[in-house]
Amino acid sequence: MTNLNININQVELTETVGNIFADNAKMSIRDANVFYGDKQAIHNVSLDLAKNQVTALIGPSGCGKSTFLRCLNRMNDTIDICRVSGQLMLDGEDIYAKGLDPVLLRARVGMVFQKPNPFPKSIYDNVAYGARIHGLTNSKAELDEIVESSLQKAGLFNEVKDRLKDPGTGLSGGQQQRLCIARTIAVSPEVILMDEPASALDPIATAIIEELIDELKEKYTIAIVTHSMQQAARVSQHTAYFHMGKLVEMGKTEDIFTRPTHKLTENYITGRFG
Amino acid sequence: MSTSNETTSPSGFTSKLHLDKHISRRFNEELEQVRTLVMDMGALVEQQVNDGLNAVLNADAELAKKVIERDQKVNNMELAIDEYCTQILARRQPAASDLRLLVSVIKSITDLERMGDEAVKFGKNAIKLAKGNFADDQGSRPLIELKHLGKHVSETLHKALTAYAQMDVATALTIIKDDDVIDEEFDNISRLLVTKMMENPREIKNALRVTWCARALERIGDHTTNLCEYIVYLVEGKDVRHSTLEQVNAKLNN
Repeated sequence: MTNLNININQVELTETVGNIFADNAKMSIRDANVFYGDKQAIHNVSLDLAKNQVTALIGPSGCGKSTFLRCLNRMNDTIDICRVSGQLMLDGEDIYAKGLDPVLLRARVGMVFQKPNPFPKSIYDNVAYGARIHGLTNSKAELDEIVESSLQKAGLFNEVKDRLKDPGTGLSGGQQQRLCIARTIAVSPEVILMDEPASALDPIATAIIEELIDELKEKYTIAIVTHSMQQAARVSQHTAYFHMGKLVEMGKTEDIFTRPTHKLTENYITGRFG
Repeated sequence: MSTSNETTSPSGFTSKLHLDKHISRRFNEELEQVRTLVMDMGALVEQQVNDGLNAVLNADAELAKKVIERDQKVNNMELAIDEYCTQILARRQPAASDLRLLVSVIKSITDLERMGDEAVKFGKNAIKLAKGNFADDQGSRPLIELKHLGKHVSETLHKALTAYAQMDVATALTIIKDDDVIDEEFDNISRLLVTKMMENPREIKNALRVTWCARALERIGDHTTNLCEYIVYLVEGKDVRHSTLEQVNAKLNN
């Protein structure tokens, strides 16, 4: 009994427990370290994102899950003091390789943010934007096609088809978030990163986004950062638990939420002191 | 950390799965309350089994009636605990050991309630045996064997409930492994009673009643084993139902 009465803050973090490997990995990260100046935010994180599956990254505030997510499409490049090391591969290709254009990478690895951030443009132009700047189309008809199919996939088309010229900012919060998802999908990404995509939404809008995530995984590989354990349990097939910049445990979602191996994971998902 | 108090009350054992370490104090209390209710129900069922058995062995119709009446209380406890668990599931969305606790409780109380039903069978048979002048037959071999089996089953149930309170996997595993012994004892009694029936056909009615009591004891043994399987599930997260002993060991060592 006595050895169970441990102060969980003193649990030493060494190796990640569980299984970080995927049979069919879309992205493979090995020994990723992230520094903000002198401060190390991510310590030796290795994991795979399984193709056409949803991987949830969970953990307390400041654990590094968002920092890690942002490494996956080099969003951290925009922060001067941020330095990333390790191997971060997309289909076996190093995404930090010299000469690789981060803008092109971000077309392949799209991102949806916590707060819906439509451009101050029409609904149509919001979705058409990426396709235009990447020169994905030659004609108006083709662009129309991309806009419609993206809005369809994002589950928004029927709600907005009669007002595509209206400003995107006039939509409700949940609709705006689906508009942002449509905008991400429009450039045909392979991976979609989602940073708390539903945390600013009500339960119904959240349920719609979650349903959408489930459908999107048929076509895309998805990584989602969420503060809601229930959301991670509902939408993901794999769950990675981060704590103080380290990956503590990774495994199948069904295992993590019923029989986690690491005490820290258990404490976090069950709302215990930690 | 002292261990002396922990063997006496379920509350002392909440630390084993850190059940009292939630940020929400109310949630701690709810889980503690569930465990207390199950232990109360377990104690009541244990009393029912013991009283029912004594009613049979002593052909005590009065005690038998009490056992039958008290079964309603067991049933009500099952309903109350089920409802309480449903509330917690809906409001707290428990995960990991908390989830396993509630699942194991919901399943455990079904087995406890069935044990209560078996105790009622003792009661009903005891009343009929008392009418049939069965009390005169106290020295008979089947009754001695029944008493022996009853003692074994009752002790095993007590051990299982204690293991449940203490989340004691080692004891639970011993009980799972020993269930075969109870089954063998039941077979012995059955054989004896068949012989008795062949020797004295006028005693067939009473002999059948004793058989049904023995059968009830054997069933209580099975339900006790189920309880122990839930203990393993709760603590280790491993489902050892429908497994051979080798499979149980393999699962636990995996």
